[in-house]
Amino acid sequence: MTDSADTPVDGPPLLTLTEVVKTFPGVRALDGVELTVRQGEVHCLLGQNGAGKSTLIKVLSGAHRPDAGQITWQGRSVSFADPQAAMRAGIATIYQELDLVPDMTVAENILLGHEPRTAGFVRRGAMRAAAHTALTRLGHGEIPLGRPVGRLPAAAQQIVSMARALSREARMLIMDEPSAVLAHDEVSNLFRIIRELRDQGIAVVYISHRLEEIRQICDRVTVLQDGRTTAADLPATTPTAELVGRMTGRTLEHVFPPRPPRAPSGELLRVEGLTRHGEFSDASFTVGPGEIVGIAGLVGSGRSELLETVFGARRPDAGHVLVDGRRLKPGSVAAAVRAGLGLAPEERKSQALLLGEPVQNNIGLASLSRHATAGFVRRGAERAAATEVADRLELRPQDVGRRARTLSGGNQQKVVVGRWLLGGTRLLLLDEPTRGVDVGARAELYQVVRSLAEDGVGVLLVSSEVPEVLGLADRVLVMREGRIVHEARAEEIDEHTVLDLVMAGSLLEGAAQ
Amino acid sequence: MTDLASAAAPKMKTSWWRDDASEPVRRNLGLTGVLVALVVIGLVSAPDTFATSGNVLNILTQASAIGVIAIGMTFVIIGGGIDLSVGALTALSAVWCTTVATQGFGGGGMLFTALVVGTVAGTINGVLIAYGRLVPFIATLAMMVGARGLATKISNKQTQPVNVESINRLAENKLLGIPVLVLIFAGVTAVGWVVLNRTTFGRRTVAVGGNAEAARLAGINVRRQTVLLYALSGLCCGLAALMVVAQANAGSSSQGDLYELDAIAAAIIGGTTLTGGRGTVIGSLLGVVVFTTITNLFILNNLPTEVQNIVKGAIIVGAVLVQQFQPRDLFRKR
Ligand SMILES: Nc1ncnc2c1ncn2[C@@H]1O[C@H](COP(=O)(O)OP(=O)(O)OP(=O)(O)O)[C@@H](O)[C@H]1O
Ligand SMILES: [Mg+2]
Repeated sequence: MTDSADTPVDGPPLLTLTEVVKTFPGVRALDGVELTVRQGEVHCLLGQNGAGKSTLIKVLSGAHRPDAGQITWQGRSVSFADPQAAMRAGIATIYQELDLVPDMTVAENILLGHEPRTAGFVRRGAMRAAAHTALTRLGHGEIPLGRPVGRLPAAAQQIVSMARALSREARMLIMDEPSAVLAHDEVSNLFRIIRELRDQGIAVVYISHRLEEIRQICDRVTVLQDGRTTAADLPATTPTAELVGRMTGRTLEHVFPPRPPRAPSGELLRVEGLTRHGEFSDASFTVGPGEIVGIAGLVGSGRSELLETVFGARRPDAGHVLVDGRRLKPGSVAAAVRAGLGLAPEERKSQALLLGEPVQNNIGLASLSRHATAGFVRRGAERAAATEVADRLELRPQDVGRRARTLSGGNQQKVVVGRWLLGGTRLLLLDEPTRGVDVGARAELYQVVRSLAEDGVGVLLVSSEVPEVLGLADRVLVMREGRIVHEARAEEIDEHTVLDLVMAGSLLEGAAQ
Repeated sequence: MTDLASAAAPKMKTSWWRDDASEPVRRNLGLTGVLVALVVIGLVSAPDTFATSGNVLNILTQASAIGVIAIGMTFVIIGGGIDLSVGALTALSAVWCTTVATQGFGGGGMLFTALVVGTVAGTINGVLIAYGRLVPFIATLAMMVGARGLATKISNKQTQPVNVESINRLAENKLLGIPVLVLIFAGVTAVGWVVLNRTTFGRRTVAVGGNAEAARLAGINVRRQTVLLYALSGLCCGLAALMVVAQANAGSSSQGDLYELDAIAAAIIGGTTLTGGRGTVIGSLLGVVVFTTITNLFILNNLPTEVQNIVKGAIIVGAVLVQQFQPRDLFRKR
């Protein structure tokens, strides 16, 4: 991989932000942000969950209006009234939550809002051609133009999102945690595309919580803390420890909690020959009490489907799930929850959160009856329990009365995981639990998972980040194309081996046929 | 490592007024404003008749049956559904509980019949939607047509007079000077508020309407909750049917005509969103009272009903616009 930091660009600033302030009721999300982006550079934004990164880019893209401060774009002071205005000026944004229309086709999504047309009629041929050009420029001309976007794998959706941004002749591309939904090989592909764009003179603003990515892709780094710029224009070679220090004001010693020496004994969960045609087949494994079992594999290898089937959210075609030796009723979430299972699903917005409801109600959702007497919710007790969970997971802001919608992406994720920490969960199924969670809180979350395990809770963990699986789990299952192809103790396997096992055919190629 | 936790987000002091906690109040503010305006209009245009206690109680009595239905409707809509059959279920319950055979069981028997008929029909709605996977709009539309037809068949297109003393007196009865019908309405509203805001049933309703998939993955039985919501709406229709019968001293298949529109409109202008997951009982209460007050003003001033409907339409649009406009926008710096 090229070390891009060797060739810092020193062109004139394309974009300058000075003293930008944005407040929401109860929170000063941006409190005097400074940022300078130059033409043809990849500029990384770092900061803890809730530091204000997403708010900042929403200000840049015209989705929010700043309360104060100045934005200078190509030498002129600007104020974007709406996202359309920012797009016309040449700023394209890929938001943290993908904003594609699942039922529309790839071509329709790419040209959405600026379809080529004559007298109100969409010129379909021209639309397909333009969409194809944009995709080819990203090296993905193989993505079928006519397929509904909702049926593409996550990585391909990401490409479509980028193609949409590029179809607008953008001079600057903003990406909010694009790698969070991608698997390892897809991230390298993304980086290749970003480098090509940079070489074409496009500035890229890149947000990620994976610090190792910074070194691979960024030219310069700006760090935000609590809505303020604490360090601007750091070189990408800045040591990780220093970056973490600037983000959190503290040092981070170790990320993964130590494993207990004793091997856990007994059996809590047994999965026998579980199969869903077209998703996964013949999955058999066990999880013991106090054991953390990690599943590694590519996005689309059937991991999430397997987890959801164990949880009863999908009905298996064959095989069964046993808890304490007793068979769970297939396809019944209620039975699984009664048996002590809990699932933190992959898609927090569509599968887990009530965005309009307070954090307290979101955390309490799975344990309503525990905090109720004769059908009446004891709100004091629920609040106390939710606050304790918020505390354990470093929720920011900690106030559990806030609506879930107003939390930053990483903090929403903590709410989803937190729901199952309220007690009573004996087997925790975690699907990408740290997606979008910052380094500090991530370490905290690992600690929480390990201490749950020490209390005898079994954990089944799915993650696209191989180091996470290897660092946290006691035992590792490797999945490829719907099959468990390898099983090993975590100490006895390394990242390289896992990646080799996992990488047989990438998804994007799968989407091509 | 735990000390990583101490970094807190910058906090700003905010007044309660701009806080999330006051949102229900702010949302109902527009509607309260409308009500106040209507009262002022009433005081000016009909100074002698409007503000009498008799007239106020009259308004509330008029509002009572439709109000009970609107509370049930509020739950259904918050739960992500819609119930078009409420008017027809009211007619069916009214007819069924006023047949000669049923009247033989006295007032208690009539009440029981009305409640059972409403609940059973509502449950059928719910089962069709939750287990038959029909869209709520279709299922309840079919029930609306079918139940009205059944009511006509049972009554044989005749109005069925009531000969049961206790029911005939119900509409005139007062407790502490307040009509019993109004007290029933008040009671249902209070229970509705408690159920929505304080019970697990209410929480589940909001969860199912707000994000059904999230509710399912949190272990909530979404289908069961859906059935219960439509059954609840049917139960409210049964109760309302008895109130309508008591006022008319008769049951007929034409009762409850267009109640579904009034109930839906009341819930909507009360801030309940048709997409589900959001709404308040108090808002719906205000919505019903606003509508009834408009009708009352038109009658007091001898104005034609066509104009009344135009005004109602305007109020529906106006109230929804007011809700979308958050008062805090006023104070925000641009
Ligand atoms: N619409 C909103 N209403 C109220 N508060 C908000 C809103 N949007 C964001 N906030 C608050 O603003 C702060 C900054 O949020 P932002 O989403 O910018 O964080 P972030 O740096 O992107 O975090 P993450 O890494 O978790 O995505 C948070 O405290 C958040 O709760
Ligand atoms: Mg963010």
